[in-house]
Amino acid sequence: MTIPTTMANATAQALKPAPRSRSFSARFGQSFAMFRNGKSITGLCILGFFVLVAVFGDLIAPYGPLEKDFTALRQAPSLAHLLGTTHMGEDVLSQLIYGTRGVLIVGFLAGIFATIIAVAIGVTAGYVSGFKSESLSALTNVFLVIPGLPLMIIVASQYDNPSLFLIAGVLALTGWAWGGRVLRAQTMSLRNRDFVQAARANGESLFRIITVEMLPNLTAIIASSFVGTVTAAVLGLTTLAFIGVIPITNLNWGTILFWAQQNGAFPDFWWWYVPAGVCIALLGVALSLINFGIDEYVNPRLRSAGERARALRKRGIKPGSSITAVRVSTEKTERLTE
Amino acid sequence: MTFFLRRAAFYAFTAWAAVTINFFLPRMLKGDPVSAYIQKNQGRISPEAADSLRTLFGLDTDRSVLEQYIDYWKLLFSGDLGRSFSKGLAPVTDVIAAALPWTVGLVGIATILSFVLGTSIGALIGWKRGSKADFIVPVSTFFSTVPYFWMGLIAIAVFSTLLGWFPASHAYGKGSRPEFSLDFIGQVIAHGFLPAATIVLASLGGWILGMRNMMVTVLDEDYVTVAQAKGLPTRRVLVNYAARNAMLPQLSSFALSLGFIVGGTIVMEMVFSYPGVGKLLLDATTAKDYPLMQGLFLVITLTVLVANILADVAYAVLDPRTRQLES
Repeated sequence: MTIPTTMANATAQALKPAPRSRSFSARFGQSFAMFRNGKSITGLCILGFFVLVAVFGDLIAPYGPLEKDFTALRQAPSLAHLLGTTHMGEDVLSQLIYGTRGVLIVGFLAGIFATIIAVAIGVTAGYVSGFKSESLSALTNVFLVIPGLPLMIIVASQYDNPSLFLIAGVLALTGWAWGGRVLRAQTMSLRNRDFVQAARANGESLFRIITVEMLPNLTAIIASSFVGTVTAAVLGLTTLAFIGVIPITNLNWGTILFWAQQNGAFPDFWWWYVPAGVCIALLGVALSLINFGIDEYVNPRLRSAGERARALRKRGIKPGSSITAVRVSTEKTERLTE
Repeated sequence: MTFFLRRAAFYAFTAWAAVTINFFLPRMLKGDPVSAYIQKNQGRISPEAADSLRTLFGLDTDRSVLEQYIDYWKLLFSGDLGRSFSKGLAPVTDVIAAALPWTVGLVGIATILSFVLGTSIGALIGWKRGSKADFIVPVSTFFSTVPYFWMGLIAIAVFSTLLGWFPASHAYGKGSRPEFSLDFIGQVIAHGFLPAATIVLASLGGWILGMRNMMVTVLDEDYVTVAQAKGLPTRRVLVNYAARNAMLPQLSSFALSLGFIVGGTIVMEMVFSYPGVGKLLLDATTAKDYPLMQGLFLVITLTVLVANILADVAYAVLDPRTRQLES
């Protein structure tokens, strides 16, 4: 539910026009301006941590992911096994570290695939009009209506050993429609702006108008829909792995939970199932934080609201009465808003 | 009027496409349901019986997919969804009808509760923007990014296995049968509490965030300032001026979320072994029960479609601006 609402809010607001004639580095910095706030930076830091773990997994992990130590079965965390062991004596921490890779690869691949589809279909549907636009929009709606998880289960269960690409493809296929819808709405509002009209009057080609004139004004929404799809894909992947649709050879956080549940880890062997869930949640929170940051960039009211209220409170004015400092009675305000 | 016709055509197309996909999806699955059925009843089904089974389910090898597709539509219009392999050849409509009330009842109540709670909390946080209450947003977001099955399993581990407050699975106690008595209703509530509470906890974040962001945007509008300048009571400004307008996008998301009641809870029903539609679909997929899968897909997609129409209508009724744009 988080993804649709944040994206809907992102579209509701007008976008800043792109600045003219600046040095390349300044323009490069400009395109990352949406990430330049506390929330986005926190999110990016957490995400960066997971990326590092995924890249250097082989160096960090104390054991192999499937290395069995039959002298230490179902052991609580100790110095030898920082997060304990499984029923086969495998090190939970090592499995977690190796699992990061699968989760991130599938999440980002799915996000990239879905964003490409969403941009291609959403922006085109928003730019063209009449029958073409309606049919592309109908296509988007069909994909919104098809139940996602059952579809994934059916497609994934067709293959004995689906590759990471295939899983990402399925997740993207069921996850692009929201972004497509939001992009279509935003493109429709851009279509009649003066600069687009001018480009059209100049006789520029459709491809050029879309890529050069429109896409730069849609970056924030595209970024937000990308982050949203990655979140959904990570949850989708772990859920599929937990249900047992994705084979266990594909090590990720979901498979750890699958094994934990299959072998009766709940509720006694907490070290087996708590870390994987916390990691998924942490990754999800990091991605949502990035999205909050983008939202605040797109909709400055969201950003200024908190700052102004805090500034007023410093001067001793209650936030409930931030707009008119003269109130009937402060006690009453407090009672009602508390 | 043309607008309504165009919308109707639009939805008719979507429905057609969805039904067509529903028809082809199960056929993409590996393996043949009849062979699976024969394997399950080893030795008890003769080759002749297997052939007649194939005919019965419209899976004749000598019939083309196109013919099967046309037959499917014919049966659909007569309200016949076929018979379920895995449920002792019971009519699919009966099987679904038995599971539907459980899902709709439990998840429906949870969705409404979550919407009401989340919207109210979001409105209050938006009103008191910049205060300490803002920390609720990241906390509730955390719960909505936690994988649902994990939260469900931990809830079972803590509240049912360790503390023993609630039963861990099923919709009512073993040995009792659905009846209209206080005892049975009590059992249903006790069994439904954990699933409902976890659904509410998982979906609350989206409602809070959406409402809070809309509130913050609306509170900057001039009419809110005017209302406050007039000296109207805070509650009146909050509820009648700000929240009322901030609610609009929430209501259309609510209509959409009603559509996901039927299809969106497979994981919940799996974790809690709740006898609803989602668990049925999961069972049908493992058993390669085409007719049941098709029936379930149909029910799920149709509810989402109806919810989409509801969302459209609700928006047109509530927001005069959309109507003006269209006319």
